Amino acid sequence: MEKFNSLTGVAAPLPLINTDTDMIIPKQFLKTIKRTGLGVNLFSEMRYEDDGSEKPDFILNQPAYRDTEVLVAGENFGCGSSREHAPWAINDFGIKCIIAPSFADIFYNNCFKNGILPIVLPPEEVDALMKDAEKGSNARISIDLETQTVTSSDGVVFNFKVDPFRKHCLMNGLDDIDLTLEKETSIQSFEQQAAISRPWV
Amino acid sequence: MSSKTLYDKIWNDHVAHEADDGTCLLYIDRHLVHEVTSPQAFEGLRVAGRSVHAPDKTIAVPDHNVPTTLDRQKGIDNEESRIQVEALDKNAEDFGIHYYPVDDIRQGIVHIVGPEQGWTLPGMTVVCGDSHTATHGAFGALAHGIGTSEVEHVLATQTLIQKKSKNMKVEITGKLKAGVTAKDITLTVIGQTGTAGGTGYVIEYCGEAIKSLSMEGRMTVCNMAIEGGARAGLIAPDEKTFEYCKGRPHAPKGAAWETAELYWKTLFSDEGAVFDKVLTIKGEDIAPVVTWGTSPEDVLPVTSTVPRPEDFDGGKVEAVKRSLEYMGLTPGMLLSEVKIDTVFIGSCTNGRIEDLRAAAAVLRGKKVKDGLRCMIVPGSGLVRAQAEEEGLAEIFIDAGFEWRLAGCSMCLAMNPDQLSPGERCAATSNRNFEGRQGRGGRTHLMSPAMAAAASLTGYLTDIRKLKHS
Ligand code: SF4
Repeated sequence: MEKFNSLTGVAAPLPLINTDTDMIIPKQFLKTIKRTGLGVNLFSEMRYEDDGSEKPDFILNQPAYRDTEVLVAGENFGCGSSREHAPWAINDFGIKCIIAPSFADIFYNNCFKNGILPIVLPPEEVDALMKDAEKGSNARISIDLETQTVTSSDGVVFNFKVDPFRKHCLMNGLDDIDLTLEKETSIQSFEQQAAISRPWV
Repeated sequence: MSSKTLYDKIWNDHVAHEADDGTCLLYIDRHLVHEVTSPQAFEGLRVAGRSVHAPDKTIAVPDHNVPTTLDRQKGIDNEESRIQVEALDKNAEDFGIHYYPVDDIRQGIVHIVGPEQGWTLPGMTVVCGDSHTATHGAFGALAHGIGTSEVEHVLATQTLIQKKSKNMKVEITGKLKAGVTAKDITLTVIGQTGTAGGTGYVIEYCGEAIKSLSMEGRMTVCNMAIEGGARAGLIAPDEKTFEYCKGRPHAPKGAAWETAELYWKTLFSDEGAVFDKVLTIKGEDIAPVVTWGTSPEDVLPVTSTVPRPEDFDGGKVEAVKRSLEYMGLTPGMLLSEVKIDTVFIGSCTNGRIEDLRAAAAVLRGKKVKDGLRCMIVPGSGLVRAQAEEEGLAEIFIDAGFEWRLAGCSMCLAMNPDQLSPGERCAATSNRNFEGRQGRGGRTHLMSPAMAAAASLTGYLTDIRKLKHS
């Protein structure tokens, strides 16, 4: 997995609440058997006209936001289906961090598995960053995972919380499966125990 | 010993390892797999040279992409869909997991096949790369959706890295009124909690109205726990649960059944168990409901009018404006004046035999409104066979419905069953998101009986009025 330490980049405002995974990546793009190449389809129905041309007013189509690396979003971002195609598409587009007042559970988990940092901040702080993001490409937001801070373009610092285990994995690009396989003996003894206590499973 | 909730009990019985910070390895008893969220996971195993840790606990079935038209043996036209289904055929074979291919009568929507075949049993942990895995919670199993990286993790280790969620209780007291179903319960709950109200929680549904539901109804309720943001929904198992499981192909038999049943009977929340959040709704207060917007929380009794954006607060004001524009609705209009083009009865929410019986009861001897496109898609090949045996299929066909083969179909429109832009659908599925049933398509969620009623009048219809007329 890709590591995440810190970044300074363009942040795009997406104030919608309940942005669902069907909006992030509609089902017609779930037919791939690969993880890559989904960036062009990110937010497809909001981003493109029926004929495939770009909708000029969609945020990521505006010149100032073409190189967006941070998304500042409304509450309950990523609700809906479990499709990991959503973080794959976000990652492939080049967005490495999403800041919102709240995230849907499965989407939030999926981000960490793909080197994306989802940051939860109180609504008023997200609002402040949303205003900052509206300033365009000159307003770069900085994120530092080590110190758990977000710094707005005018130097205001916001602290965020993150689960220590997830932070460790993200900062070191660790693979979950390798980590779990180190505990193989625990899994085996659990299985032996369960074979006695719940043999019908 | 302190009192425990049902969730606490199942959780405790599945922790294979706990780190100092509370991060656990949760052992997974059943892993269900479908074609859309698994190819990258199997590919990951191949690349790393890993095998499936417990193939006997892993069950796969294609459902999202499969055609549901009667000529499906001719193969899948769309090349990408075909490749995805073929990839699952191959992965099931290569990794030696249980498989129900497209031409097997037991094939169907993964969340219908699992319980039907007796794979889902009380007290188990069940996961699937699909958010509606919550369905299996109806058996008192801890069941939730996972992403593809987690699918790979479960395939490789039979465990999932998890932290425990909080406990939430949703109690539905008393009795439901006539015309009110499990779907109305689950939509009403989401209407009250909002789509994020359950985030961070596992919900246990309880109360007399829940107890009175059949297993099919309980599955409908738990299915939509995810729409309320919860990690999982649970219902304590009881005699109805055991009755449903008994004799299923993969349920325990003989002495093993006896031991299992003894254990299952311990699966309930103890007297005095503490819940972090509680919601109580009176069964009598629940009306037949429909959704009017593009979020499952946009729920109102069918007798209401379309709301105004000003009636909401915060970010919801903009969201409602956007929804109403997308849905082509004007504030103040009666929901019963909303004219529909299409009816879809099916999905893992409402594609079981009881749902088809409810629809048939409304449709018997009647004809659908001229010009409507109406389809019924059973949740599995076995549901379809049973509906034919019970004479339901004839009722549907005579009424003017298309009688399809099993699959996800128009629930998410990954196969050719799609809405066109602006087409308005009365649907028994679980999501009314923008574009969910096809680009520009407009979805109103409701119960099977209400969808059947809408097919007769061509409008969103109060099932209670239809019965009296
Ligand atoms: S029927 Fe719909 S919700 Fe259920 S598994 Fe299929 S696509 Fe998902």
